[in-house]
Amino acid sequence: MHKEQAANMSNYLTYQGKYKGLLGWITSTDHKRIGLLYLYSILTMFSVGVLLGLAMKLELLAPGKTIMDAQTYNSTFTVHGVIMIFMVVVPGLPAVFGNFLMPIMIGAKDVAFPKLNLLSWYLYVAGVFLVLAALFFGNGAPDTGWTFYAPYSFKTGTNLLPAVFGAFVLGFSSILTGLNFLVTIHRMRCPGMKWTKLPLFVWTLYGTAWIQLLATPVVGITLVLIALERLFGVGVFDPALGGDPILYQHLFWIYSHPAVYIMILPAMGAISEIIPTFAQKQVFGYKAIIASTMAIAFVGYLVWGHHMFTAGMSGTAQYYFSLLTFIVAIPSAIKVFNWISTMYKGSINVQTPLYWAASFIFVFMIGGLSGLVLGALATDVHVHDTAFVVAHFHYIVFGGTGFAFMAAIHYWFPKIYGRMYDKGWANAGWLVFFIGFLALYTPMFYLGMMGMPRRYYDYMKEFQGGNILSTFGSWILATGLVIIIVNLVKSARHGTPAEMDPWHSKTLEWQVSSPPSVENFDEIPEIAENDGPYNYK
Amino acid sequence: MEQNAHNEHVHYDAEASKIGMWLFIFTELLLFGGLFIVYSVYRFMNQEAFHLAAEELNTTIGAINTVLLLVSSMTIAVSTTTLQLKKKGLTLFLLGITVIIGVVFLVNKYFEWGAKIEHGIWPGSEHLKTAFSQGEILFFGLYYVMTGLHALHIIIGLIIILFAAHRVYKGTVNENRAALLENAGLYWHLVDLIWIFLFPLFYLIH
Repeated sequence: MHKEQAANMSNYLTYQGKYKGLLGWITSTDHKRIGLLYLYSILTMFSVGVLLGLAMKLELLAPGKTIMDAQTYNSTFTVHGVIMIFMVVVPGLPAVFGNFLMPIMIGAKDVAFPKLNLLSWYLYVAGVFLVLAALFFGNGAPDTGWTFYAPYSFKTGTNLLPAVFGAFVLGFSSILTGLNFLVTIHRMRCPGMKWTKLPLFVWTLYGTAWIQLLATPVVGITLVLIALERLFGVGVFDPALGGDPILYQHLFWIYSHPAVYIMILPAMGAISEIIPTFAQKQVFGYKAIIASTMAIAFVGYLVWGHHMFTAGMSGTAQYYFSLLTFIVAIPSAIKVFNWISTMYKGSINVQTPLYWAASFIFVFMIGGLSGLVLGALATDVHVHDTAFVVAHFHYIVFGGTGFAFMAAIHYWFPKIYGRMYDKGWANAGWLVFFIGFLALYTPMFYLGMMGMPRRYYDYMKEFQGGNILSTFGSWILATGLVIIIVNLVKSARHGTPAEMDPWHSKTLEWQVSSPPSVENFDEIPEIAENDGPYNYK
Repeated sequence: MEQNAHNEHVHYDAEASKIGMWLFIFTELLLFGGLFIVYSVYRFMNQEAFHLAAEELNTTIGAINTVLLLVSSMTIAVSTTTLQLKKKGLTLFLLGITVIIGVVFLVNKYFEWGAKIEHGIWPGSEHLKTAFSQGEILFFGLYYVMTGLHALHIIIGLIIILFAAHRVYKGTVNENRAALLENAGLYWHLVDLIWIFLFPLFYLIH
């Protein structure tokens, strides 16, 4: 462990390598710098995605054309989806916090393949630019929705190829990150860091990495087939040539449903770190959380068909997928029980990360339970392709992963930048954001139940009340976001210096200086038999 | 891959490199796995047509290519052993043979595709669309996609082998640090293995 002064001389932020300034960052193979490169690139793309989302909500303020026509609206929701899914929530927690923290949490100096790690980031950036190229060149931005459904994806006149290719490259980046994490967790744990002593965030990254590795190639080849279909007319998904568009949907969701668990598992991991810290209590059911993590990773592979209940599938297959969908909800529920039981009789230290974590549990439960409405065959037919679905997955993906990301950044911020943020503004930002979130998405449940379809720029007059509330919500949410980001950016520069362990947490990353030194540890730590990541008195 | 650039401690973990390669092979298998699913679905739906279309393919060239790849798998496997025995010259010779065989495979593939294209059979061609049934169109579509993707993997494999050979020549890959060559071998076996499935699926099953 470092003395405070020595740490400030040579922490990873101020470290002077071969190159200065920006070049020193984009050529660095330090996992912490790569984590921050991801943070900044993801935040940039997130801002673009948010602006597109705000534009959509503004369009839906009133029936008929408000600010854009149907074609523009189609492109807007497509690009919003592609950016948010492939560039923000899939890499989100693993690439940012996984990169930054996982090696420190297991007592390693870096990941197993540091250069490969940097290459992953370059691939990410390349993917981003490819997708953006689709917007600015050719005949207009893609309008297929982020799912690129056949046969429209090779019939549309818009510039789809770069977007599909970009998604492929982003997938490749995600595979390499997963591969790197798996090898790191297997090979680089410090002495005494047994599997049963791994922090839960590392465990969830481990499960996530397997999904990244085994599910992403399937969507990779599917996207290649779409590209070949467009270029040459291979015929595999083209009904005119004997192909089957439904097969496309199967292949697409074989990846894209597990991808939902790529998004949510590390989020659950972050929450599993935060709650014991602020309850100052041993996490309840450590092994149950691990088992449920791995169960989610495994069963998550087998439920893809529930995206296609109305697309044409045999009744037997529908029962099977519906049953498995209900089963996959169980491990998530186990985790909720674990978190709540951890807080029970704890000594709760109410801080910003805990506000985020608690609101995560709240919105995640609503999102999860509304998912069962969609997983049940009869109700799904009623709400399929309505605003209800949009509300559901925004509650899970934005409410789940997004809230967990916010919780994580407020939790690990002092470690990353070595400074504290202004807690008052952070809490205010959370409150405004939370209210905005509820106002934005809750009406969509109602609108969907009433029959308002998704992906239309227009709607019937009856739906206007809910839509006005929702659009107001989007403005409140954006205000909250601005408060949060301004507060964090200001604090990163001018905040009061943070202690080594401001939250009194027990995991390894809090036992090194804030910010960590270039090599994380002077000496590789050793974990004694009685030590553990959550040994609170 | 095997060293840390940003600090002085040189970290070499052959086991980690090998696990990394095996994991990468899993992803490659699933990449092709997607295509094998597509193939099986359409074979099941169009049995007659797949049977007819398969007869258009040249089994002799396919068989020659299969033997070639099997031999090249052997030469690269032997090269990892000769490296352990510190026979650098022989190792480089065997890697050279492997690369030549890989290139011959691609040349054969070129003539095979060339002959098909001369007959007007390629994805999206007018002849294919007018003179063949839907099942046959799918067969040839998949034929081009799967053997094409496989050929791309042959090229990647060759680049990796050449890279490894260069390192063997320079001496940075040697009997104590053999992971790069062993990984090149693993990858080449994967390319071989995929062909072992492609060959009967397209050429032999009637």
